[in-house]
Order: sequence, then structure tokens, then C-alpha cells
Amino acid sequence: MNIDGVNTGYMLDHIEAGKGLAIYSFLKLDQAECTVAIIQRADSTKYGKKDIIKIDGDIPIDCDTLGYMDPNITVNRIKDGKLLEKIHLELPETLTDVIKCRNPRCITSAEQGIEHRFRLTDRKNAKYRCLYCDTEYSEPRGGER
Amino acid sequence: MEKIKNLINITDLSEEEIDHLIETADDIIADPVKYQDICAHKKLATLFFEPSTRTRLSFTAAMMELGGNVLGFDQAASSSISKGESVADTIVMASCYADIIAMRHPKEGAPYVGAQYSSVPVINAGDGGHFHPTQTLTDLMTIHRKMGRLGGYTIGLCGDLKFGRTVHSLIDALLRYDDVRYVMISPEELELPDYIKETLTGAGVEWKEVRSLDEAIPELDILYMTRVQKERFFNEEDYIRLKDSFILTRKMLGPAKESLAILHPLPRVNEIAKDVDDDPRACYFYQALMGKYIRMALILYMLDIK
Repeated sequence: MNIDGVNTGYMLDHIEAGKGLAIYSFLKLDQAECTVAIIQRADSTKYGKKDIIKIDGDIPIDCDTLGYMDPNITVNRIKDGKLLEKIHLELPETLTDVIKCRNPRCITSAEQGIEHRFRLTDRKNAKYRCLYCDTEYSEPRGGER
Repeated sequence: MEKIKNLINITDLSEEEIDHLIETADDIIADPVKYQDICAHKKLATLFFEPSTRTRLSFTAAMMELGGNVLGFDQAASSSISKGESVADTIVMASCYADIIAMRHPKEGAPYVGAQYSSVPVINAGDGGHFHPTQTLTDLMTIHRKMGRLGGYTIGLCGDLKFGRTVHSLIDALLRYDDVRYVMISPEELELPDYIKETLTGAGVEWKEVRSLDEAIPELDILYMTRVQKERFFNEEDYIRLKDSFILTRKMLGPAKESLAILHPLPRVNEIAKDVDDDPRACYFYQALMGKYIRMALILYMLDIK
């Protein structure tokens, strides 16, 4: 692993090839004041190809939502040029205000100000159900919000 | 047992809690006088954001027979909802005035939202096509009274098994009991959703699908009828071809067991012919009566009144 260019911050590794920009956008890295680099379609022994994002800044990272977007991502926390922690993401048990229920009969489609909450019901197939109406979320996950 | 605060789904109740409710309801039936003032000075708010006959009347009757009072509304137009008030605000307001809330709403998940904001117990009295746990309690109470047990029989579920929320909730509840065999009787267009079939298979229970009510009747101990709705079909020809296969008539009961119990969550339209009403096996109006007693038991349990 090459963490060159990051003194204190993160290296998001093993991002599914092609998803790097969506992750960049979700993390609002375009608004970050620190140095950010995206590497696309890098060689990966594990996945063939992958994207990588390097962030030279200690900004907050929502690992739950990141795990939902791509559970294969490895978050490397770096401090003073040294690897501090390696976090292997996984699908979170619950999601709040990340995806929206598409069921027009769901209360979340009518009532303002309710959190859109989902629970993981099938880890193997990455299936989430709305906490209010139990409707399965069926949209593609890649970068969708 | 750890007591639940709100009843949103039938699976919120443990088997032990359901047994307790049925036991209490049995005791109420045996000695109603003992319970006639037990909820004196307590108030039930019936917040019905859409019209209902049976459920609202049975909740009202239940609280009145416990000596309590009832307040509320029976359609959104007569509440501040028509002025744009949210479910959350309505519930916060209602919980200032009542000790317990029974809530019906056309939107799925609305009672769950209500429960998040309420300071008193919330009972889901039906949320769209989603859950209707007090109907399932009513069904279980009726089965208990008619069969003397909640397991050990063959039940036929007939009609709209695809969209019928009462059927789905009843299956969820019955899966906890031993030795229940299921016969699913429906047109192909309205058969059980795959995820429920997978649940049945995964639970290792005995179940099958048939396409004709006549074929299933002789082996059944319980027949749970639901309505086949015309609007569920893609074309009218299919509806006309199939609709009569799922209408129960007195004549069809010829080969049925003498001990058969015929249930229906009501309202019925034409899926059970009027001539079945006089048959001693027809239990659907008795079932409506059981709905009142089990709701009395539920109110007592949720108010923690012994």
C-alpha cells in the first residue's frame, strides 16, 4: 500500500472501479480545503481494477454510509505519515437519510420531516427494507442516494 | 415477560404475551362484571385518519365495557389533518388528552411514526395494506375459542393471498405454533408473494397451493376467507373466469368437516354467500365479537391494569 502524499488523513482503498467519483461527490470532497487525489482504475490484486481516494486532511468520514455505497472499501487512517488504523467497511445494520423509500403508500412520502430509515434484512444480497412500511429498497446502490 | 409499549406489528407480541391476552379475554367472557369498571377514568383516543366500521366500533365498545371513556375522530376531514397538521403533532396532542391511543391511517408506517412521538401506548389499528395486528389477535382468539388450541390443524387461506394483509399477518403469527398445515387457495394471479412462500418453506411447515376451493374443503379444519377483488386482475376475462371458484356457498360445504370453522376478517362482499350464514360452521360474526374481547384484554395489558 502506498500512502504517499497523505500526512494526516485517509486513503480510501479498494473502491469499486468507476465508483471513485461518486464517493468523492458523496463525501463533498469538492468542498474540502485539504488536498484530495482520485486514482481511477488502478491495478488491484484482489479485484483486478479499483479506484483510490487520498485525502490529506482529518475530515469526518461517515463509514456507515460509505459501507452502504461500497462495502469492499478499506479506510486507512493515517497520522503523521504512518498508518494508524485500517477499517474494513461492511454493510451497516441501519441507514438514516441515505436512501429514500419509493413506496408511494409509505408515510415518509406524505409526512415532512421524518427521517428515511432502513434496516438491513439480507446481508448476502445487500437488501434493505424501509423501517416504516417494510418495502424492500430495489434501486441500484452504486452511488444512488 | 418484558412488556411492549406499543403494538405496531403482531410480531411485537411474544407467544407468551398472546397467551396472556387470550387468557384475559377468556376471563372477561366468563365474568364481564369483574371488568366493567376496571378502566374508570381512563381514556382511549381513537384516531382514525380513514373510515372504519368494525375496528373503531370494537375498540370503542371494548373501552366502554371496561368502564373507560373514548374520544377521537373517525376521518381525517374532521380533524386538524385537513388543515395540514402532521401525524407527529396530532399524536403529541392526543397523548396529552388520552391514556392510550388506537390509530388507523391510510399510509403504511404512520402508527410507527406516531409511536415515536407519543407519551402513551399506541396501538396500530391498521396502516394501509401493511399491518393490522388487532385483526390477527382477533383471528387467533377465534381459533382458540373454536379449536381449543392454536396449533394442530389444517387451515385453508382462500382468496387474495397476494395483497391480503390479514393473511400475511396471520401466517406470521401461526408460524409460532406447532403442527399447523396450510392450504393456500387462490388464482395464480393472487397467490402468496414469494417471500412468504420462502418463509413457509424455511420454517419447515407443511403447505401447498391449490386453485379450487372445492378441492381443498374436505381436508380443512379452518377456512379463512378473503375477498377476490376485481381491480387486482389485469383483464376482466380472467376475473370472470375465476371469481366463482372462490365464492363459498352452502352447497360447497357438503363434503366439509362438521367441525370446520369458517372465518373472514370482514367486510364481506360476495365471497361468502348469504346462505352460509345460518350454517353452524360460519364463525365470522362470532369472530367480530371476539375482536371486542381481545381488544379489551389488549387495552388492559397495555395500560398495565390487572
